[in-house]
Amino acid sequence: MTEGRHSGLGRLWRRTRGAVVVGVGGASLSACKLPTFGAYTGNTVQGNSIFHLWQGFFVASIFVGGITFALLFYAIVRYRRRSDEIPKQVHGNNPLEIFYTVVPVLIVAVLFFFTVRVENKVDAVSRHPALRVDATAYQWGWKFYYPAYHVTEQTEGPTGYPTLVLPVGETATFKLVSLDVVHGFDLPNFDFSRYALPGVTNYFDFTPQQTESFIGRCSHLCGLYHADMLFYVKVVTPAQFMSWIHSQQGR
Amino acid sequence: MTTVHEPELLLGVEEPTEQHERREPGGFYRWVTSVDHKVIGKNYMYTALVFFFIAGLLAELMRTQLFNPNGHVVSLQTYNALVTIHGSIMLYLFAGPIAFGGFANFLVPIMIGAPDMAFPRLNNLSYWLYLFGGSTMLFGFFTASGAAAFGWTGYTPLSTATYSPGPGPDLWIASVAMVGFSGIFTAVNLVTTIFYLRAPGMTMFRMPLFVWSMLITGILILIAFPVLTAALVMLYADRHFGAHFFTVSGGGVPVMWQNLFWFFGHPEVYILALPFFGMISELVPVFSRKPIFGYKGMVFATLAIAGLSTGVWAHHMFTTGTVLLPFFSALSLLIAVPTGIKVFTWIATMWGGQVKFNTSMLFAIGFIFAFVMGGISGVMLASPPIDFYTHDTYFVVAHFHQVLVGTTVFAMLAGLYYWYPKFTGRLLHEGWGKANFWTMFVGFWVTYMPQYLLGLRGMPRWVGQYSPSFTFLNRVSTVGAYILGLGALLLLVNLYVSWRYPIEAGDNPWDGHTLEWATSSPPPAHNFHSLPPIRSRRPVWDMNHPEYADAKVPVVAGGDESAQ
Repeated sequence: MTEGRHSGLGRLWRRTRGAVVVGVGGASLSACKLPTFGAYTGNTVQGNSIFHLWQGFFVASIFVGGITFALLFYAIVRYRRRSDEIPKQVHGNNPLEIFYTVVPVLIVAVLFFFTVRVENKVDAVSRHPALRVDATAYQWGWKFYYPAYHVTEQTEGPTGYPTLVLPVGETATFKLVSLDVVHGFDLPNFDFSRYALPGVTNYFDFTPQQTESFIGRCSHLCGLYHADMLFYVKVVTPAQFMSWIHSQQGR
Repeated sequence: MTTVHEPELLLGVEEPTEQHERREPGGFYRWVTSVDHKVIGKNYMYTALVFFFIAGLLAELMRTQLFNPNGHVVSLQTYNALVTIHGSIMLYLFAGPIAFGGFANFLVPIMIGAPDMAFPRLNNLSYWLYLFGGSTMLFGFFTASGAAAFGWTGYTPLSTATYSPGPGPDLWIASVAMVGFSGIFTAVNLVTTIFYLRAPGMTMFRMPLFVWSMLITGILILIAFPVLTAALVMLYADRHFGAHFFTVSGGGVPVMWQNLFWFFGHPEVYILALPFFGMISELVPVFSRKPIFGYKGMVFATLAIAGLSTGVWAHHMFTTGTVLLPFFSALSLLIAVPTGIKVFTWIATMWGGQVKFNTSMLFAIGFIFAFVMGGISGVMLASPPIDFYTHDTYFVVAHFHQVLVGTTVFAMLAGLYYWYPKFTGRLLHEGWGKANFWTMFVGFWVTYMPQYLLGLRGMPRWVGQYSPSFTFLNRVSTVGAYILGLGALLLLVNLYVSWRYPIEAGDNPWDGHTLEWATSSPPPAHNFHSLPPIRSRRPVWDMNHPEYADAKVPVVAGGDESAQ
C-alpha cells in the first residue's frame, strides 16, 4: 500500500543499499592494516585467522550498526513532535520491508561463508604434529604432559602455576580432558579457548608464530578457586624448547 | 453482537453487580485471595520488582568486590553464590515473571476485550508457585553451606552432590522447578485466553502486537520449560537417589545437561525478550501517532524468532567440541534477520511521525540503542571461531547484559511508564522519570562497554578476583554499576511520589490505539462496561480520530451494527 508514498523512503532505500554493499565488502576484506578493535592478534596460525575473522565482523558491524544508529538518530531529531497535526497514516511499504529482510539475509550469508572457512581451518587437527601435549584440567589446576619426552608440568600449591612451553613455528596437537567438572582451557593471546569436559576428549592444534609469554586461565566456573586456576604460556624458539625439555627430564 | 453492555435494566432492579462488588474483600485479604487477572498481574509486578532490587543489590555487591583485583568484600565462595543467585533471580524470578505474569496477565485480557483470563484460579496458583518458589531460592543464603554456587546455568558435574553438597543447591533446584511450573501454567492460561476469549471483531490479525508476542511467548514456554523441569528432576535424582544421568563414572553424560539446559535456555532468552519487543511495538506507534509500520512483517518476524530460537541452543556449546558448528552457527546468525526487521520496523514507524519524547518513549529509544549494540555483539558470538576466542569471558557478560538489561529493564520501564496510568489511574512524574532514564542510560554504557574490552583482553567470567592489569576497566565498570543502581532507585522515588502526590491520569492519557485505553483507569471488575466496535487493529484510535480511521466503515462509539 501507499506505494511511492515518500521520496524519503526511496532515499532511505538508495542510501542503505550503497552502504550495505560497502559493509558486506568490508566483511570480506579482513585486511591486516585494519586496527585490532581491542582484540589480540592471535599468536598462532589458527588464532590469527580467528583474529582476521573478528576484524571482518567488526567492520561489518560498524557499517550495519552505524546505519541503524544513523537512521535512529535522524528519526529522533527530524520527527520529534512539533505540532498537534496528525501525520500521514502509513501502514507499511512492501518493497521496503522486503528490502530490509533480504539485505540482512545476504549479509548473514557472507558472514557465514567466512565463518565456516575459518572454523574449518581452526578445527583442523594435524596427522603428524611436531609435538603432542596432553592437557588435563582438574579442581583447581592443570597438568601438561609431553608424551614424547615424558615431561610433566603441573600446578603445585596455590601459587605454583604450571608453565606450558611451546616451540615457535611448530604445530602442537593438544589432547584436552577434565578429571572432574567442566573447565575452560583459555589462551587469550592465541584467541582460543576450549572446554575441558569430563567424559569428552578434545583435540586441537596450535602453531605459534612468535615468541611471547602470557597468562592462560580457566574460563568456566569450576568451583571455589576458579579465579585462581591460572597457567603461564611461554612460546620459545625450538632450541630453547629442547633445552627446557632436557632440563625437565634431568629433574 | 460486539458490545458488552452492563445490563442496565437489571441495575435498577436488584443491582447484582453492586452487591457482588460490595462482597469483595478489601485490603490485604483482597490481594492474597483475588482471582482477578488485574490483581494477580499487579502482585506479579510488585513481587518481580522486589526480586529485581534484591538481585540488583547482589550485583552491586559483586561489582564492589571487583573494584579491586583482590577484593575482600566477600569470600570467593560467597562471590560464586552471589553470581549464581543474581543470575537466577534476574532470569527466572524477574525478567520472565514480570512480563508474562505481570504485564501480560494484566493487559492481554483487556487488549482483546476479555473479562478475565481463561482460568482465573490457575492464574492464582501460578502466582503462589512463583512467590514460594522464588522465596525458596533466597532461603539458600540462610543454610549453613550457603546458597547454590554453580552459576545460573547449573552445569553438571559441578552441580552434582559430589561437588556441590548441601541444601543450598537443592533449594535452587526446587525453586527453579516451582517457578517453571508457574510459568507453564501462565503460558497455558495466556494461550487459551488469546485463542478463545477474544471479543467479537478481534480477529487474529487485528490483535495488538503485544498480544501476538505473548501468544508466541506462551507457546515457546510450553516448548521450553518442561525440558528444564525434566532436567532438574534428573539432577535432583542424581543428587539424592543415586541416578547417574550426568556422572561419567555411572555411565552418564555430563554434556547432556548442557544440551537439555540450553534447549530450554535459548528459547528462554526469547521468552524474556519477545514480550518486551511487543511492548515497544505498542508504544512507539502511539507516541509517533502512526500505526506500526508493517504489522504482518512484525508478526512473521516474531514467529521466525520463535521458530529459530528452538534450533540454536548449541551456540552456547561451541567450545565443547561436541556440536555441529555450521548448523547452529547458521541458525544463530539467521536470528539477526527477524530481530533486525523489528528494529527497522520501529524506526520506520517513527519515520514521518510526530514523535513525543516523554519518559516512556525515552526508555524505548534507550532500549533500541542498547539492543542494537547487544545484538551486534551477538552476531559476532554466533560465529564459532569468534566464540572460541570470547567464550566465557567478559565479552559475553557485556553482550548478554546489554541485550537483557536493554530489553527486560529499559523496555520494561518503557512499558511501565506507558501502562502505569492504566494499572493505577495515576501518572508517573515526568521530571523524576527523565532523571530515572538518563541516570540509568549513562550508567548502562559506563558499566557494560568496558566489559567488552575486558573480555577481549582475557578476563574470564565468574571470578571474584583477577589479574591487576584488568583493574582500571573494572573500576570504570563498577562506577557505572553504581550509577545504574542509583538510576534504578529513582524509579522507587517516582513510584513513591506518584503514590503520595497522585497525578490523575484519565482513561486515555496517551491517545492510545488499543482496547485497554477504552476502559477506565484502573479498569473495573471484568474490565469493560462497554466495548468500542473492533473494526481494525486500532479500535480506540478509530473512535477518537474518525477522519484518520483504519476501519473502512464509519465507526460510531457504542455501535456494533456491522460486526458481522
